[in-house]
Amino acid sequence: MHIDPSVVDWSRAQFALTALYHWIFVPLTLGLTFIVAIMETIYVKTGDEWWKKTTKFWMGLLAINFAIGVATGIIMEFEFGTNWSNYSWIVGDIFGAPLAIEGIMAFFMESTFFTVMFFGWDKVSKKAHLISTWLVAIGSNLSALWILVANGWMQHPVGMRFNPDTARNEMVNFWDVLFNPNAYVKFLHTISSGYVLAALFVISVSSYYLLKRREIKFAKRSIMVAASFGLIVSLFNLTTGDDSARQAALSQPMKLAAMEGLYNGKSRAPIVAVGVLNPKKRYDNNESDFLFHIDVPDGLSLLGFHSFDAYVPGIKQLVLGDKEHKIESVTSKMAKGKEAVTALKAYKDAKAKGDKEAMKVALAKFNANSKYLGYGYLKKPSDVVPNVPTTFYAFHTMVACGFWFIALFVIILYLVMTNELEQKRWLLKAALWSLPLGYIAQEAGWIVAEVGRQPWAIQDMLPVNMATSNITSSPVMITFWLFAILFTALLIAEVKIMTKQIAIGPKEA
Amino acid sequence: MFEKLSYLQLQEYWWFLIALLAALFVFMNFVQGGQSLLWSLAKNEDEKDLIVNSLGQKWELGFTTLVMFGGALFAAFPLFYATSFGGAYYVWMAILFCYIIQAVAYEYRKKPNNVFGEKTYETFLFINGSLGIILVGTALGTLFSGGNFVVNSMHLSHWTKSSYGLEAVLNPFNVAFGFMLFFLARIQAALYFINSVDDENIIKRAKIVLKYESIIFLILFAYVAYSIFTMTGYTYDPITKVVSKEPLKYLHNLLAMPIVTGTLGLGVVLLLSGIVAGLKQSAKGIWLSGIGTVLVVIALFLILGYNHTAYYPSLANMQSSLTIENSSGSRYTLVAMSYVSLIVPFVLSYIIWAWRAMNSKKMTIEEIKNDPHHY
Ligand code: HDD
Ligand code: HEM
Ligand code: HEM
Repeated sequence: MHIDPSVVDWSRAQFALTALYHWIFVPLTLGLTFIVAIMETIYVKTGDEWWKKTTKFWMGLLAINFAIGVATGIIMEFEFGTNWSNYSWIVGDIFGAPLAIEGIMAFFMESTFFTVMFFGWDKVSKKAHLISTWLVAIGSNLSALWILVANGWMQHPVGMRFNPDTARNEMVNFWDVLFNPNAYVKFLHTISSGYVLAALFVISVSSYYLLKRREIKFAKRSIMVAASFGLIVSLFNLTTGDDSARQAALSQPMKLAAMEGLYNGKSRAPIVAVGVLNPKKRYDNNESDFLFHIDVPDGLSLLGFHSFDAYVPGIKQLVLGDKEHKIESVTSKMAKGKEAVTALKAYKDAKAKGDKEAMKVALAKFNANSKYLGYGYLKKPSDVVPNVPTTFYAFHTMVACGFWFIALFVIILYLVMTNELEQKRWLLKAALWSLPLGYIAQEAGWIVAEVGRQPWAIQDMLPVNMATSNITSSPVMITFWLFAILFTALLIAEVKIMTKQIAIGPKEA
Repeated sequence: MFEKLSYLQLQEYWWFLIALLAALFVFMNFVQGGQSLLWSLAKNEDEKDLIVNSLGQKWELGFTTLVMFGGALFAAFPLFYATSFGGAYYVWMAILFCYIIQAVAYEYRKKPNNVFGEKTYETFLFINGSLGIILVGTALGTLFSGGNFVVNSMHLSHWTKSSYGLEAVLNPFNVAFGFMLFFLARIQAALYFINSVDDENIIKRAKIVLKYESIIFLILFAYVAYSIFTMTGYTYDPITKVVSKEPLKYLHNLLAMPIVTGTLGLGVVLLLSGIVAGLKQSAKGIWLSGIGTVLVVIALFLILGYNHTAYYPSLANMQSSLTIENSSGSRYTLVAMSYVSLIVPFVLSYIIWAWRAMNSKKMTIEEIKNDPHHY
């Protein structure tokens, strides 16, 4: 089947666009639902009407965010079918399950109780209302769980087997898919990053009030809740970030190498704290890797493998192979992959003719090489190298932001406890402007995860150019632009409405 | 327990769940119907707010049912998900656009500083309630009338027309199907308002809609039903799986499955009695017609997928037609997902709890005015 290369590019662009937009709104929901639930719990425990008002204010902002989160989500659910139709057949037997479970377990819970939470203050008992609010928080985090099980599986496919008769991968072990180490590390890191963002959001909005010298009590109390929550979750975010890098080291060494701009493998590999990549560098030339860099010695070996001496393969070894470290070259994997592709074709032909003997021969040949099937669709060995600068800079931006947030939460928490926060106007400004950094870190994280795994839609199994729908590029191009326009318009509306509600303030909530 | 079922029984079980979801989705379309009636039922701002808010507590349920419908198809019948969504690209994308704009419209319509103004968001609601539903209906119609796709020996599919699904609107049957759904949604909306808002003017206007549009709906319904029962369908041989045409296939299916016929009959009776109840201003109308709708849609889906029928005929290559047997997930996945489906009753029960809690009293204009968080 011939696939137009520009369809692949437009489909990638479209998926990236819609996913990045969806991801502007989701992390805030993931965290703010919990913050709101905590505030309402305080209200129910103390009976203090002030907390009810505070809860309602943040809930109002949550609703504005939630609506557009849902709007950008629906398209993603269907895009696997519309834009990645081959993918949907080839891995749908495994990949579709978590998506369906997400719908039945999480989305209904979230949307049903959201209505009760939002409109049910006078319609259900206090307790039932509080439970509803908690169920919204749990529901939104459950939706993260299942979608990340699906995504984790793309990064590290487990629990399946290729069935030559149906020409697709089929699930053989549901528990392997669910307890995929990649998936739960991803889940923990992602939800904690959502909590970090929500904490930043509350702190940022409250700092704005303190800067304007209004809603003082409200702002300080909100900061107290948010900074305590933020400090705990940001430390957790750091640990799970470290686990994420470890997962990449184990199942996606190329991604790790790209994250660090590591062209040549080393033991006691350093981690680059700050660096500027040399744009002329390729894995097959002798240019230096960096124009400028500051390293943390042994950092990468430690981060990736939890050992100072661990050998971390570089892009060069991963492409060209390395006997000493038992790394097979891409050329050799591609050759085996091509064998698998031919054998599969032969098997199908023999089956159509009813030639049992030929089927057996072809099948044996296929099974011997099936592990490399995905490599059979690559055009040249260098295809396996993702975009290094994008991955590298995105990774370093995220990590730098992560450390800054931890510092920010510590300082703010200390000052709000010693009651000095209001005087430190520079810090309030820094807190206010840290919110965009939160969003940048979020998007950067996904860029690392998704760009870093290119060219694979399913790691080592299915390259993106085999995964698209068999359509021409113009429909995809048209819808790409329609999405870009519509989502941007909606984003502008959302930001304007949100800032207006913030300016109106909690008084009228 | 599901391990004991045969592969075919599992496929039938999952087709039944798909039918159920489709049926619940069609029922929830009363929200869309209500949106399309916004300007005709409400003559002032207060009445508009009342309508938007009474629908606003329900729209997410219909939306989520659509998402779930997609997810369930992906898990249980991935070849349909791949073939139809990836092929009839424009139609599905147009439908999705109609839903994207719905999701923000309720929340943003009345908010200060909303950039595009109240009218725009109301237009979004109208588009979703009219074009959105008509397109969904048109797409559902193609399950009977077929699509222009080819599935190759590797089970990869492609569309043979560069209009990517838009050609479906050239078939009067599909379009009638779409409009039938649209009018059904409007009469259900009228019944919903009679059930759940306390406002004489709105109810009076709703009854007028009910009276006249029920007639249009019934004419379209009669035409669609007649077309289906006289149509040539696609059947397949249970052993060789070879697909062939069979005149009056859907009628034969009805005769072969008396329970389905009974369901269909009961559904039609309930639907009609719901309309009659609504005209007498009984709050029960929406439930009678709602249950009726659910039964009718389930029955239609069952004659579409059961009894060795191709539920998605290919007009480009008959042997590519999709059946529940050739398009499903593996046995293992269907078993695993069947266990997951055991939580459906639990989900339905909390939805019912929430519905009752929220609709315990009829909604009034005063109630909305007293709630600063209203839509
Ligand atoms: C507030 C946002 C935020 C912050 C401060 C961090 N991360 Fe992160 N990171 C994410 C938000 C995020 C994310 C958006 O949630 C990602 C995208 C995919 C994923 O699993 O989580 C992610 C992915 C991601 C990945 C790629 C995972 C994959 O390939 O599947 C790695 C290796 C890290 N992170 C590591 C870190 C480290 C070492 C951090 C140091 C503090 C860090 N992250 C802070
Ligand atoms: C919501 C957060 C996410 C963001 C911001 C995001 C971002 C991206 C980006 C930037 C790309 C383009 C990569 C490239 O082509 O170079 C991409 C591709 C893709 N992502 Fe994600 N992603 C997200 C979540 C997910 C999840 C949860 C899944 C699966 C369950 C997923 C599946 C895909 C697929 C199928 C593609 C297209 C094929 C490919 O390029 O590999 N994404 N995403
Ligand atoms: C590419 C894969 C993704 C798909 C197919 C997808 C699908 C969807 C859909 C259909 C909705 C609307 C649900 C409704 O009807 O209520 C939604 C909303 C949501 N999604 Fe996603 N999503 C994706 C990525 C993610 C990721 C990576 C996360 C979390 C880690 C996430 C978390 C949520 C949450 C919490 C909501 C609720 C609305 C909101 O919070 O803004 N999604 N998503």
